[in-house]
Amino acid sequence: MRFFAPFKIAARALRRNKMRSLLTMLGIIIGVGSVIAAVSITTGATKQVEDKVASLGQNVVTVFSGSFNGGGMRGGWGSAPTLTVEDANAIKNEISGAVAVSPEVNDRMQVLANGLNWNTRVNGESPDFLQIRDWDLTSGAMFTDGDVRSLAKVVVIGKTVVDQLFVNQDPVGQTIIIRNIPFKIVGVLEPKGFNLFGQDQDDVTIVPYTSHMKRINKRTFVNSIMVQAASKETITQVQNDITTLMRDRHKSAEPDFTVRTQLELLQMATSQAKTMSLLLAMIASVSLIVGGIGIMNIMLVSVTERTREIGIRMAVGARGRDILIQFLIEAVTLSVVGGMIGIIFGMGAAWITAHFTGWPTLTPMLWIGIACISSAGIGIFSGFYPAWKASRLDPIEALRYE
Amino acid sequence: MQTNAVIKLTDIHKIYRTGEVDVHAVRGVTLDILPGEFVAIMGSSGSGKSTLMNMIGCLDRPTGGNYFLDGIDVSTLDRDARAEIRNDKIGFVFQGFNLLSRTTAQENVEMPMLYNHRRIPSAEQKERAKKALEICGLGARADHKPNQLSGGQQQRVAIARALVNRPSLLLADEPTGNLDSQTSIEIMGVFQKLNEQGITIVMVTHELDVARYTKRMIILRDGKIRTDEQVADRLNAEAELKNLKQAQEAVKLA
Ligand SMILES: Nc1ncnc2c1ncn2[C@@H]1O[C@H](COP(=O)(O)OP(=O)(O)OP(=O)(O)O)[C@@H](O)[C@H]1O
Ligand SMILES: [Mg+2]
Repeated sequence: MRFFAPFKIAARALRRNKMRSLLTMLGIIIGVGSVIAAVSITTGATKQVEDKVASLGQNVVTVFSGSFNGGGMRGGWGSAPTLTVEDANAIKNEISGAVAVSPEVNDRMQVLANGLNWNTRVNGESPDFLQIRDWDLTSGAMFTDGDVRSLAKVVVIGKTVVDQLFVNQDPVGQTIIIRNIPFKIVGVLEPKGFNLFGQDQDDVTIVPYTSHMKRINKRTFVNSIMVQAASKETITQVQNDITTLMRDRHKSAEPDFTVRTQLELLQMATSQAKTMSLLLAMIASVSLIVGGIGIMNIMLVSVTERTREIGIRMAVGARGRDILIQFLIEAVTLSVVGGMIGIIFGMGAAWITAHFTGWPTLTPMLWIGIACISSAGIGIFSGFYPAWKASRLDPIEALRYE
Repeated sequence: MQTNAVIKLTDIHKIYRTGEVDVHAVRGVTLDILPGEFVAIMGSSGSGKSTLMNMIGCLDRPTGGNYFLDGIDVSTLDRDARAEIRNDKIGFVFQGFNLLSRTTAQENVEMPMLYNHRRIPSAEQKERAKKALEICGLGARADHKPNQLSGGQQQRVAIARALVNRPSLLLADEPTGNLDSQTSIEIMGVFQKLNEQGITIVMVTHELDVARYTKRMIILRDGKIRTDEQVADRLNAEAELKNLKQAQEAVKLA
């Protein structure tokens, strides 16, 4: 039918009042612009945190000694030694969803090589460690299960340690002294950068856990056990299975261990960003509502001011619904065009922020869609009452209006 | 009973209810207008001419009586149906031009086509608007806005707008109200030409000179028909215009 006619009429009316149209859109432009900017900045921040959490490994479930109660973490994980290598073996053998297991012991000490020395973390792990942490070597090879069994004096080292002790040299095959024991360097880890807590992940040396426990720091307990679940979906299942198994093995009244998943860590780490973005979104939606009220206000004024025009249109045959649609389309056009401009401005603001602060920003498509739909919604909502008022006018009275 | 009347009014009343006093503007008008007629409605100010015209033009509803337009009882139709009739069958030229301001003559004339129940392609809209403006002698000024046009030119735009949907009935309320005599005659020339092409015209005027270009003259007083007679000594706009020009020449020569 005459589908395009109302668009033509509305476009002509808006063109006749360019300045006012622009000013009316301003509210929506600012509203949508601030929503998009806020969302871009918080999404970028969240994405960065997520990436950092992902750098901790793939689908990792970690068992810590010590317990975790209620809202806070007690004492520090691993403070009271309760976990053993046998626990790790039991998890590996009895839990089907656990595809890789590494008992961990951590220490911090001075290491020597090339006549230089450096204070770094010295960790004991199983060969599964690389798979769990989704970590590769830039050269050499990981130590083997055989090395674990034979308490071999072998080590893989991180980039930072290489930089400190082996300037312009290939460290593989060289020796590094840990607590007076020479360890042969078999591999170099690829650089990972800083983790979520600001710790340099590359400042590390990794030896077989058996070598660590028997040779470096004699002890019978491990600090934690890292377990990899087969997939994201099975993480919780694996967590529950481990909890059940460990309860069984440690028959203490109060659980002396804690099982944490990467998902929980992710939730903890991103919850702040989520709260922040929620707050920003709320502030932004208030400005959107204000923008909507602006449109309603102008449309009401416009209807009164254009009473005569409405009368003329009705006199030549416009029906109430034609007038309703015309004003509705005007309002929706104003808000949608305003929304589009707002999206562009918001993305621009996010880009400028990223440029000057170095924060990563990201504008999700979803939010662009939400901005489009909600600005159209605001247009319909704020345009409806004025449009309805216009459509109810009597042609004769409207024509007589001065 | 004549069924071929374009307009058939039977005992039409209009009472405006405003506050305490009721204004009985039209008091029992009965009238038949046949196709091809050219009628002038005259009367003093306040005699109910505009009120009657608005009812004939389906802009307003009578408070009493029956109105058949082309055999359809329009006094019972709802808002939307009356809007459709206004758009399709009637061209209305208002007292005061009632053009859209800040809108070109061309767009003003295209406007009624946007509300037609049939979708008229954009190119055809442009073509028809241009032709209507040419008929009214304003082809060259299509892209002027009302505030850039003289009163007579604005009236021509208003007439072009009334014609653009090819109505069978043209209604005009004081079409020469604010115009000088030469422009008035020119407008009447347009009307006479349209009438010759078969369009029925009903026109309100309070000037006897203007009424003499029509075929039939109805005089209203206090909302009632006083006289209703054929125009005996009918004027021809073309001839009158020629006379006027000659007279002007004579003045200049003198
Ligand atoms: N909307 C209205 N409300 C109340 N009274 C009205 C209204 N419109 C017209 N009238 C009254 O109805 C009577 C007829 O008015 P109308 O406009 O039809 O006169 P007219 O013959 O067109 O006069 P004119 O030659 O001055 O245009 C007048 O007394 C006028 O005051
Ligand atoms: Mg009048």
